[in-house]
Amino acid sequence: MSLIEVHNLERIFTVRKRSGRFRRTASEVRAVHDLSFQIDAGEMVGYIGPNGAGKSTTIKMLTGILVPTSGHLRVAGLDPSARRTDLARRIGVVFGQRTTLWWDLPLRDSFELLRKIYRVPPERFVHNLAEYVELLDLGDLLDTPVRQLSLGQRMRGDIAAALLHDPEILYLDEPTIGLDVISKGRLREFLRTLNRERGTTLLLTTHDLQDIEALCDRVIVIDHGTAVFDGPLSELQRGDGSSRTLVVDLVDEAPAIEVAGAVTRKVEGPRQWLSFPAHVSAAPIVAAVAASYDLADLSIHEPDIEDVILDLYSR
Amino acid sequence: MLHVAIATRAFRRYSTYTAATLAGIFTNSVFGVIYSYAYLALWDQRPHAGGYYSVDAVTYVWIGQALLMTVALWGGGSTDDLADRIRSGDIAIDLYRPVNLVGWYLAADLGRAAYHLLTRGLAPMLVGAFLFELRWPSTPLTWAAVPLSVTLAVVVCFAVRFLFAATAFWLLDSQGPRMVSGVLAIFFSGLALPLVLFPGPLKDVAFALPWASYLQTPADVWLGQRTGRSLVAALGLQAMWALVLLAACQLVLAAATRRVVVQGG
Amino acid sequence: MAEPTKGLTRAVADYRAIAAMWVRAALAYPASFWTMSLGSAAITGLDFVAIWLMFHTIDSLGGFGLAEIGLLYGATGLGLGVADLLIGSVERIGDHVRRGTLDAMMVRPVSLLVQVCADEFQPRRLARIAQTGLVFGWAATYVDWTVPRVLVAVEMVVAGSVIFFCLFVIFSCLQFWTSEASEFANAFTYGGNTVTQYPLTVFPKELVKSLTFLLPLAFVNWYPCLYLLGRDDPYGMPGWLRFASPVPAVLLCGVTALVWRRGVRHYTSTGS
Repeated sequence: MSLIEVHNLERIFTVRKRSGRFRRTASEVRAVHDLSFQIDAGEMVGYIGPNGAGKSTTIKMLTGILVPTSGHLRVAGLDPSARRTDLARRIGVVFGQRTTLWWDLPLRDSFELLRKIYRVPPERFVHNLAEYVELLDLGDLLDTPVRQLSLGQRMRGDIAAALLHDPEILYLDEPTIGLDVISKGRLREFLRTLNRERGTTLLLTTHDLQDIEALCDRVIVIDHGTAVFDGPLSELQRGDGSSRTLVVDLVDEAPAIEVAGAVTRKVEGPRQWLSFPAHVSAAPIVAAVAASYDLADLSIHEPDIEDVILDLYSR
Repeated sequence: MLHVAIATRAFRRYSTYTAATLAGIFTNSVFGVIYSYAYLALWDQRPHAGGYYSVDAVTYVWIGQALLMTVALWGGGSTDDLADRIRSGDIAIDLYRPVNLVGWYLAADLGRAAYHLLTRGLAPMLVGAFLFELRWPSTPLTWAAVPLSVTLAVVVCFAVRFLFAATAFWLLDSQGPRMVSGVLAIFFSGLALPLVLFPGPLKDVAFALPWASYLQTPADVWLGQRTGRSLVAALGLQAMWALVLLAACQLVLAAATRRVVVQGG
Repeated sequence: MAEPTKGLTRAVADYRAIAAMWVRAALAYPASFWTMSLGSAAITGLDFVAIWLMFHTIDSLGGFGLAEIGLLYGATGLGLGVADLLIGSVERIGDHVRRGTLDAMMVRPVSLLVQVCADEFQPRRLARIAQTGLVFGWAATYVDWTVPRVLVAVEMVVAGSVIFFCLFVIFSCLQFWTSEASEFANAFTYGGNTVTQYPLTVFPKELVKSLTFLLPLAFVNWYPCLYLLGRDDPYGMPGWLRFASPVPAVLLCGVTALVWRRGVRHYTSTGS
């Protein structure tokens, strides 16, 4: 049996809107529809999709905060909403947008309180705390009130807090939002180490494709509440549809550039957008364009999640 | 006109909280009922206590509930926004505007007061009238004097609240001073007990203080306890407090502005 | 049968751990703690100051003297005070729903009600307990104490606390359905406290019956105090009501559990 089992999961929300002075119309929103997947212990899974796709809703159902409308859902053999407190001991959750720490007290106090709540044996706690303090560089921050921490520092604190009790599963809901590039890199490194050394199962929802590239072997893409892709990341990106964009600023306006290996999608004054397959190197194309035209500037845009999904649909 | 616009916006802002307003009217009514019976029991013992008859006492209770939110007697209103903005530092933006801060916040508070008067002022009075016998203003002069007295009550209360909220410029957290302000207001406005029942010397002092303007004075105007010269005197005292305290607000604001500018915001 | 007691001890341990942290946070700012406590005591004390001032004009209200009313006032104040201390941020559970902090609580292995009640545990709420306790203590000197009366007094304060606690939670649960009606609860909780500050003889008989059989606030202080003061029931209600305070307390606990569970189920079924 897998650690996380999801079969035909449905979650319908009834949204009431005011139509006119006193009337209300109710409409149904299918946040999650016919969702199925299985995750085994030790996997690192990326859960991606556009805004409103149903990512947070799924996490809420997996952690027992939200009850599914229908379908089968088991985490570590337990029904999350029915056995919420039992399951809570075995999972850790990091909400990107809000903290689980106590705002007005030093970080250390939050950790101490969590130790009591999760009933972590003292030696285990001391060991874990020391390890995470070192790995997440929290040493100087332990005595700072949480409200005075920067976003990145608070995020690291949240992660340590989620791991102090050795959970089998760690859910991360948009953990790198708002972080600078360096913090993101350090965080990704930490999560890789965690999975490698402790076998913690990771389920990461994100809007950031680079998080996925750095961390996840497996990716589940969700759009409009349904899984549209479930497989290795490499398979996702090497698909025919995925393409990158070369944005070229010419010195003078010119008709659409013609160059081997790329298709010009848009021309606006001296700027042109060229599309080419994502897995192909940009170098020959850049060289070809530079050889035939006077360039003022150019840049390469990675495919973002919207493009990836649009491509998935077009296949 | 700018200040009318500010007041209208405040009115609208508060009018979106329908459920909260209804809940508040219910709470006001419950307390109105409780105090009505308590005062009826007191006046049963002493039918002319404090110069009131029992019908005056019961009416006083409902006026108290009506003015409680209108005047923002124990806190709330635009001055809470002021305290928050001082604490967060956003006040620096307000101070650089070419509009006088006191005028701005007063306009907002008046807009709010208008909304609360129409909802949590009017509705409990109607409930009280339905459940008990109330005394209504008997002459056109009284009917004219009441709105004036209530408006002055709002202004005086605003000014006092402003002063206590402005302590945040120096103390950063004005919660303590505002609590003190609330205690003084509940007691000296006559909300806890009509000032007319206060023993001799305390009563004289209380009537002279600004807090009496919040409730005791407008109530006495409504009840016809103040007529002719004493009506003019009562309204005059309210007006005097309003002017003096607004002037105090301007002085405090000037001092605070100097402080903010010197400290760099 | 060991499960419920084990659950209870765990709940108490979790509550203590969380509340202790809030106490530490409050005591880290002693100046603020003392000003707010004194201010709070002043505000709650004003009610009794008003009653005391009333007695400059009269010498009995509803047939009761100042000390007797002091006993009523003190008892209901203690009940509300203890309940208020223990409910943490339950009154603002709507805020938790809106800000998503309820979710953060739900991923922890602790009962949700315990967490909400321990959240923002304010030691300054001891001020009301101290202030009303003082009044009760003063009034108690006028009581002819016997051993049964002492027991009834203890039972009265405990049952009163439980009744108010339940009312706080039950009415706060409305916020699971509507976020704007938090003031509605005040009419029953703080209103309930105010109505029982006065001897119920000032109110019509129908109201007293409602407060006995519908909303059992009369059991918070009125009936037990009639026994403590050795007075006959002015409305001719049965004498055993004076010892029956635990009954509505226990019944309300059951109602609270049901309403709370229903509220949480609504939250987990509809999200925020």
